[in-house]
Amino acid sequence: MIKGKVWKFGDDIDTDVIIPAKYLRSVDKSIWPKHVLEGLDPSFSSKVRPGDIIVAGKNFGCGSSREQAVLAIKWAGISAVVAESFARIFFRNGINNGLPLIECHGISGAVDEGDVIEIDLDKGEVYTKRGTLKTSPLPVFLQEILKSGGLVEYYKKKVSHDLERNQDR
Amino acid sequence: MGSTAVEKIISKSLGQKVSAGDFVEVPVDFAYFHDGTGPLIIDALNEMGVKRIFDPEMVGIVFDHSVPPYSDQAATLQAKVRRFAREQRITKFHDLGEGICHQVIPEKGYVGPGMIVVGADSHSCTLGAFGLFSTGMGATDLAYILATGKTWLKVPETLYVKCDGHLSRGVSSKDLILEIVRIVGTDGATYKALEFAGEAVKSMSQSSRMTMANMAVEMGAKTGFIEADEKTIEFLGRKGEIFRTDYVDESLDLDVSSLEPKVACPGSVSNVKSVSEVEGQPIDQAFLGSCTNGRYEDLFEAAKILKGKKVHRDTRLIVIPASKSTYIKAHREGLIDIFLEAGAIIGVVGCGPCLGVHMGVLGENEVCVSTSNRNFIGRMGARSSSVYLASPQTVAASAIEGRIADPRRYLQ
Ligand code: SF4
Repeated sequence: MIKGKVWKFGDDIDTDVIIPAKYLRSVDKSIWPKHVLEGLDPSFSSKVRPGDIIVAGKNFGCGSSREQAVLAIKWAGISAVVAESFARIFFRNGINNGLPLIECHGISGAVDEGDVIEIDLDKGEVYTKRGTLKTSPLPVFLQEILKSGGLVEYYKKKVSHDLERNQDR
Repeated sequence: MGSTAVEKIISKSLGQKVSAGDFVEVPVDFAYFHDGTGPLIIDALNEMGVKRIFDPEMVGIVFDHSVPPYSDQAATLQAKVRRFAREQRITKFHDLGEGICHQVIPEKGYVGPGMIVVGADSHSCTLGAFGLFSTGMGATDLAYILATGKTWLKVPETLYVKCDGHLSRGVSSKDLILEIVRIVGTDGATYKALEFAGEAVKSMSQSSRMTMANMAVEMGAKTGFIEADEKTIEFLGRKGEIFRTDYVDESLDLDVSSLEPKVACPGSVSNVKSVSEVEGQPIDQAFLGSCTNGRYEDLFEAAKILKGKKVHRDTRLIVIPASKSTYIKAHREGLIDIFLEAGAIIGVVGCGPCLGVHMGVLGENEVCVSTSNRNFIGRMGARSSSVYLASPQTVAASAIEGRIADPRRYLQ
């Protein structure tokens, strides 16, 4: 169960506003969460608290493939992003880094900024003050990646093991 | 029931029939990345504990995002990728100055029709213009591909865009794709393949087709796709297997004959208007380049308009060829002289100011008309700056007037 306070955003939140390109070429990765969503609200990173949840409209994360967009959000302490829909590369990047992304129709109209919502990933439900919303469930193997903590961990647990086994034969 | 070309490519690769909606693990024929996404890929491989990548021959690396590096950190990160390429014996490695990855990979003939290609850049959909399946992914996905030679995919549905008729004078494939973005919207093709077909696409050059496929991601699509033909084979210098769509569940029919030059206004790529509606908007900068419109044909069309003219004194024009071979040809054919004499600046081959990092970024409140593909808030510089997206012809005419201008007036 994930529970947290909501920060609300609109449609088409692109990766350039999530983390502007000028911060990408940094050897020091800790700067990314400090500039998260700076393109829309320069003070966002100072207001956000660990465990908070982002709620957004359609096409969240559209634009570039930069994985720093997911990392900036995750390392800022955001526990999940619930949106009407996600752009596909951002969606993959989120799952691959163990950041829960929940596609949930009607979420924009069901919550206000500052609300506290709860998410049950197993049941695929989001609990808001205006009622319970059903989410689109993830295919089983994506759930496995997410539960492993991301694609790197998934690889270490499963794939590298299989590869070794094959080589032994 | 028939299948779409993309379904056929994936089915062929797996040796079993798949259709839209199926989740599959597919072998990847070619994977590529650049200096921007490389460092995170290497970190992920290290975390995975991968010592040797699956197959160095299926990997291409092109440095294009920070060329030459603008900071010590950017240079340090590039050195890390350079070292990786050497250690892993990646021979298809192209250091500073070769060009933009989406241009260089097909120019070198590393890919061919019918292949499955993944790039660590959202505009990897550009390569779908060569009758292959190509999509963009993030760094961790690329690391997984480098480690295993495979990736998972949801087989996409295809939105078939049939473009009949012929583009009129002064109107290019950029205007057509902007019009398609206006109709489809920024998320209208999410998870889908966008196939461009019809008489107008058939008669287009391979370069013009690349401009179309390049912007598929601006509608949320997984890939752009255009059936391969002789022009494709000639561009690549290699053959491949040609796949054809014989069934579609969703199509959009357009007649392009009456299409006018189009401009995507700041903030959203789908905020598209006819040039007549935005004509007169003053600009501080004009940019001709990027993986969307930095090819020889784009420079040629712009040079036709700029020949013997001067860039307006309140405006700067930055021209960046998309690859070294484009630059060489443009130089040999006298285009570079035309630009320089008009007062343009020629930038270093690469992405240039497209992503707002260096080599022509915008200051507070500045306005740019650009041939690139994104006009998000702050994309090319300061948060208060703005970007209008247009064709090479419109950018050239606008540079002369210092305000957005209709290129057709220069082509009579
Ligand atoms: S030219 Fe622009 S859009 Fe194309 S790869 Fe470079 S940064 Fe990306």
